[in-house]
Amino acid sequence: MNAIEVHKLTKRFGDFTAVNEVSFTVAEGEIFGLLGPNGAGKTTLIRMLTTLTPPTSGAARVGGHDIVHDADGVRHAIGVIPQALTSDPELTARENVLIHAKLYGVEKSRRASLTTELLAAVDLESFSNQLVRTFSGGMRRRLEIARGLVHSPRILFLDEPTTGLDPVSRTNVWEMIDRLQKRSGLTILLTTHYMDEADKLCERIAIVDHGKLVALDTPARLKDSIPGADVVEAEFANLPSGTPAWREWLEQLRQLPQAAQVSEQDGSVHITSHSGPETVAALMDRARARGISVKRVTVQGTTLDDVFLHYTGRQLRDALQAGPRLDVTHLYK
Amino acid sequence: MDIGINLERIGAILERDMRKFFRSPALMVSSMVFPLMQLIVLGYAFGGKIKNIHVALVDEDRGAESRTLRENLKSIEAGPKTFYVSDYSSVPDAVTDLRAGFVRAVIHIPHDYSRRVLQHDRPRIAFIEDNTDNFVTSQLYERVQQLAASLNAPLIAGRLPAAIDMQVVEVYPYIEYIKYLLSGSIAMSIFIVAMIGGGIVFIDDKARGLHEGYLVTPIRKAELVLGLNLAGALKGVMAGLTITLIGGLIAGIDRLWEPLRLFYLLLVLSAASLAMISFMFLVMVRVTDPLVPRAIFGVLNTLLFFPSGAIYPSEGFPVWLKWISVVDPFTYAVHALKNLLLKNTGFEGIYFDVFVLLGFSVLLMSACIALFQRQI
Repeated sequence: MNAIEVHKLTKRFGDFTAVNEVSFTVAEGEIFGLLGPNGAGKTTLIRMLTTLTPPTSGAARVGGHDIVHDADGVRHAIGVIPQALTSDPELTARENVLIHAKLYGVEKSRRASLTTELLAAVDLESFSNQLVRTFSGGMRRRLEIARGLVHSPRILFLDEPTTGLDPVSRTNVWEMIDRLQKRSGLTILLTTHYMDEADKLCERIAIVDHGKLVALDTPARLKDSIPGADVVEAEFANLPSGTPAWREWLEQLRQLPQAAQVSEQDGSVHITSHSGPETVAALMDRARARGISVKRVTVQGTTLDDVFLHYTGRQLRDALQAGPRLDVTHLYK
Repeated sequence: MDIGINLERIGAILERDMRKFFRSPALMVSSMVFPLMQLIVLGYAFGGKIKNIHVALVDEDRGAESRTLRENLKSIEAGPKTFYVSDYSSVPDAVTDLRAGFVRAVIHIPHDYSRRVLQHDRPRIAFIEDNTDNFVTSQLYERVQQLAASLNAPLIAGRLPAAIDMQVVEVYPYIEYIKYLLSGSIAMSIFIVAMIGGGIVFIDDKARGLHEGYLVTPIRKAELVLGLNLAGALKGVMAGLTITLIGGLIAGIDRLWEPLRLFYLLLVLSAASLAMISFMFLVMVRVTDPLVPRAIFGVLNTLLFFPSGAIYPSEGFPVWLKWISVVDPFTYAVHALKNLLLKNTGFEGIYFDVFVLLGFSVLLMSACIALFQRQI
């Protein structure tokens, strides 16, 4: 059974279409990601699904409840962690969770123990009586996740859960989301503009741009769907660029297995390949055979950035994060 | 009966707001300091009788009757001290000083004054006044009229009085201005709580996205509005009661601690707080810019406080201002508080105001619920 079903959901603000006929489903227990740059329509989409914003057209069911006709049913079924930090800074962590427990009608006898459990689950047990205004961004985000789980929802919506957090806090939040999902089988829909976040957490990713859903699949399949996306970069010690030998060597590189395109840039060679490792192995063999000394060689695998570039024709505008470049020179020496 | 209202959710919003209030001393202090400061400064500044006004005396007569007049003037200088006189040699000199502000009035005794008095030939004294200051002028004029009346009184009173004498009976002891102002200061403290708690903090929370955290829960907008209004009213009652007790002690209100009087005061404070916080929420219900409540603070204060009769009786207002006072919750709060604090009336002196304030609250809160946006 699907936890979330979205059919041609559209939201217009005057002449501007923020979300344009988006359709997808999310299975129960799945972590589903909406990936796109700021302004792509992710937050509007999540606000419609969480009943905060009425759709202009289309339909959606969340936890089996229609988002327009049974908004109250949706609100009882979901936990929401909005993009802005919405916990009250003048209240303690415990008070924040307890007040939400009352708003969700959690039984009085269960509230105290449940609050303690949730704060422990997000590693805030020892800070439970501290005012939230003393918390770091990461602690507040974790508290809000605890708060969003206070009524044991089946579905959790996280709108850019790690935006503005430092790398350590981001990793903590990722681990926590992963742990919670594995423990309780929650269905999680999260939005992000971080490639690595979507790659690490999500089982399936929908790429959203200009309000439209442009691709939807698992991260691995999305990467595989792009031809020639591995990039091999190499520098050579005893081969000056511009010489006839250099030009002859470039011709040889164009014959490398799986190589799609070869170009020269500042004395180094860039090879776009359908299989980076295969191309590198052949490159090292041929260099050795010709007595060319390889000074440096790196392989950059396909990233979701490449996927985004492939499907939208441009890179993520404000969250450009190239995948890590792996120096593999030593492996071939 | 399911009326669609969950009291526990209203209680949760109330609890949240009260906890925030007690952790924000700035709101508590600002809601009390300003009204108290206003009470003390305005109460003492406006409350005193005007004394020691400088008056120029030009005596061109120097006769027996002018001496009597001068003695009467000196007796005022020594007694009530309303004014003191300085001798001037000529009217032009005195008028020059009047225009320059060195003296506030000139009394001119013409050269034939004594002769005319003795001949019963319409004796006259000129009273030249600086009428740019109504308060000073009216005090001086009243005193000079008394002086003229005493000069005109017959030396031997008739056995049967010829003139009609009006006996004035004052129902209450003399009311100092600070006591008169106290009701306005109490209403002001409630207004400040409503303005800061219901206006500034509400919009700031909205702008910071805190409301979004509540809107994703199953809370209904009526519950949210009622919870926020009740919390605001409770804060208003606390601020109002504090100012009533401290201000009452400062102003010297007698028998303030009578239990029944305190109960009625609490009733008025509750109704006034509910009406004012509802009014403020209605004004702010669609506002999202945090600058708006700060920008209109002064406007609302002026528009609500001054037409209420807190510092000047509304009977003296022009028609348009009277209409503002009719729809101004301050008016009814101030009226009821004056009845309780200055006259110590019972329920008969407040029931109409309480009824109007509660009616206001129901009307305004209904409008708030209708206009409140549950969705973003």
